[in-house]
Amino acid sequence: MMKRSLSLGLIVAGLAGALTVSAMAEDAAKAAAPAAHEAAAPAEEGGGHSQPQPPRNDWSFAGVFGHYDQAQLQRGFRVFREVCSNCHSANLLAFRNLSEPGGPEFSEAQVKALAAEYKVKELSDKTGDIEERPARPSDHWPAPFANEIKAREANGGALPPDMSVLAKARSFHKPFPFFIFDALPGLSYQEHGVDYITAIMNGYRDEKPHGAKADDTLAAGQSWNEYMPGYKIGMPKPLSDGAVDYTDGTPKTVDQYAKDVSAFLMWTAEPKLEQRKKTGMRALIFLLVLSGLLYATKKRIWSNVPH
Amino acid sequence: MSGPSTYVPKNAAARWLEQRLPILGFAHDSFVAYPTPKNLNYWWTFGAILSFMLVAQIVTGVVLAMHYTANTNLAFNSVEHIMRDVNWGWMIRYLHANGASMFFLAVYIHIARGLYYGSYKAPREVLWILGVVIFLLMMATAFMGYVLPWGQMSFWGATVITNLFSAIPLVGDAITTWLWGGYSVDNPTLNRFFSLHYLLPFMIAAVVGLHVWALHVVGQNNPAGVDIKDVAKDSVPFTPHATMKDALGISVFLMLFAWFAFFVPNYLGHSDNYIEANPLVTPPHIVPEWYFLPFYAILRAIPSKLGGVIFMFGSIAVLFVLPWLDTSRVRSATYRPLYKIFFWLFILCVICLGWLGSQPPEGGAVLAARILTAYYFIHFLVIMPLLGLFETTKPVPASIADAVLAKQAGQAGAAH
Repeated sequence: MMKRSLSLGLIVAGLAGALTVSAMAEDAAKAAAPAAHEAAAPAEEGGGHSQPQPPRNDWSFAGVFGHYDQAQLQRGFRVFREVCSNCHSANLLAFRNLSEPGGPEFSEAQVKALAAEYKVKELSDKTGDIEERPARPSDHWPAPFANEIKAREANGGALPPDMSVLAKARSFHKPFPFFIFDALPGLSYQEHGVDYITAIMNGYRDEKPHGAKADDTLAAGQSWNEYMPGYKIGMPKPLSDGAVDYTDGTPKTVDQYAKDVSAFLMWTAEPKLEQRKKTGMRALIFLLVLSGLLYATKKRIWSNVPH
Repeated sequence: MSGPSTYVPKNAAARWLEQRLPILGFAHDSFVAYPTPKNLNYWWTFGAILSFMLVAQIVTGVVLAMHYTANTNLAFNSVEHIMRDVNWGWMIRYLHANGASMFFLAVYIHIARGLYYGSYKAPREVLWILGVVIFLLMMATAFMGYVLPWGQMSFWGATVITNLFSAIPLVGDAITTWLWGGYSVDNPTLNRFFSLHYLLPFMIAAVVGLHVWALHVVGQNNPAGVDIKDVAKDSVPFTPHATMKDALGISVFLMLFAWFAFFVPNYLGHSDNYIEANPLVTPPHIVPEWYFLPFYAILRAIPSKLGGVIFMFGSIAVLFVLPWLDTSRVRSATYRPLYKIFFWLFILCVICLGWLGSQPPEGGAVLAARILTAYYFIHFLVIMPLLGLFETTKPVPASIADAVLAKQAGQAGAAH
């Protein structure tokens, strides 16, 4: 009995410990992770299979206490608006989302003014015709192309994917046992998608990447990309240094743009992330206390019973 | 257990009801006075954990169904609507999606506990078979639930699995068309999957009722594998002893559940399922959810389609006859030194099959999957029957009370 109560005590204490140190451990994990990634990605010569893994970035929204960096989301929105949204839709994004808590948190007036710059088509209840009107905050982000056919026609046959949940719809495979570590408290890594998008933005190469097949060539409109599966990407290099104007002194570099717009896309994919992590922390603390109380009660009830 | 109720109504209203419908007495006998072996360990809390998970899945599922739209054009966005616009919708949906994984994790531990302690042996065969029925219903429910968000994996998973029925000779194609409600996975398929996904959990609940009924007729197995002989010496009343222990088990399990649902909610899912279903684009690797991977590996290990289907279903069907394949007179692996080793080999085999199920079926992975598939069946069909005949078991304690005494003596001895 002693042994069992000890082992259970250890489990509960272990969980509690794992939670309390996870913030510290996460920092350590971030520092250690790039090395692990490099070790995990075998440098296969010319096989065309083993691509380098997207480097791990330091995101404010990672970890158990993660939250979005509001200034970064605002910058990312600027990149999205001026660059990405020329070809990519984000059908699930409503203008009003931009002023909601846990996001870029523009003011309602700003969002109203922003929406008014865009036109949406609507069936008029007066004339019965489809008419254009200025967008309102409740409208969704207007798509750049009317449909898939038009989108492909304008992009050399390639379809720019919708960006609403793109950061959750992209990932990369980590070999055993590294994928297991991603689930563990303290080491948890859920930012595959954002790191992948950042890597793609930074992954454009003039020369054929090392891992690509020797006889591989680019079709018209394609570019080499270190991190795109198969090394070939249909999207022309979208970002260049200085292309988007930042007014807050943040460096106007491709790498910075890539990180900012990736963070913005994480938010569009998971707008309730902050609320989720806050609620989760409360749930875990509640359950930890509850488990402790239940354990004490259970121990007392069983104290007279040899078992 | 069966027999006249010991329940004494405490007030006039309870007495009135008890004379007309003895439901209070039934509940009292089943969940308060019910004699519980006093040597149960924490692996026995998984029954309660599973009951909790079933209720949790039904509650979150009913709320999700209020906001979900089962239509191929609307389903994907309706799930995102839940994630974005419904109050606490993201939480309900992540709890439901991760709840399925937690449900399977708990059921695998529950099944493994039954295998280790011989809980399927006489007189618990019907109890065990009902459990296998629940497991099958769970698999059907989870499969259809995964189709509902109408992502790429939803669609292609549904296509792969429903196509399996086309392997049936002569009538296979007709059955597949009938299942689809058309000539491919499409809107009628999604609609019927939604309907059945809502129905099956209540069928699970009904079979769980039978499972608990059967349990309460034959009594719980326990780590010693000997039945209760003297209620006073061998058992404790279910409430408060087992109730409180189960509550603790549930609470600790919920911490794991909360970790997944709130901090790594997409870890167990596939990123492709955040891409809306597209019948024209096949994902590079179609993989099922983790809890189906061992069976998926068995399916792909067999070179013929029909053979794969037979072996996959056979891998679960073999569980139905397990009570008669195991020839050992001893229930608990505690007293079966050889079975204990083969049990862990079997667990390792299933885990490796699971990993192979997640890998592309190429090269060494195919061979490994074939060897492990063979071993899976050899374990049940060869090892289990032979082990009972040749194994030298350790002496089994005469009673639960004796087992507890022996264990305490052992611990005292170890402490010196």
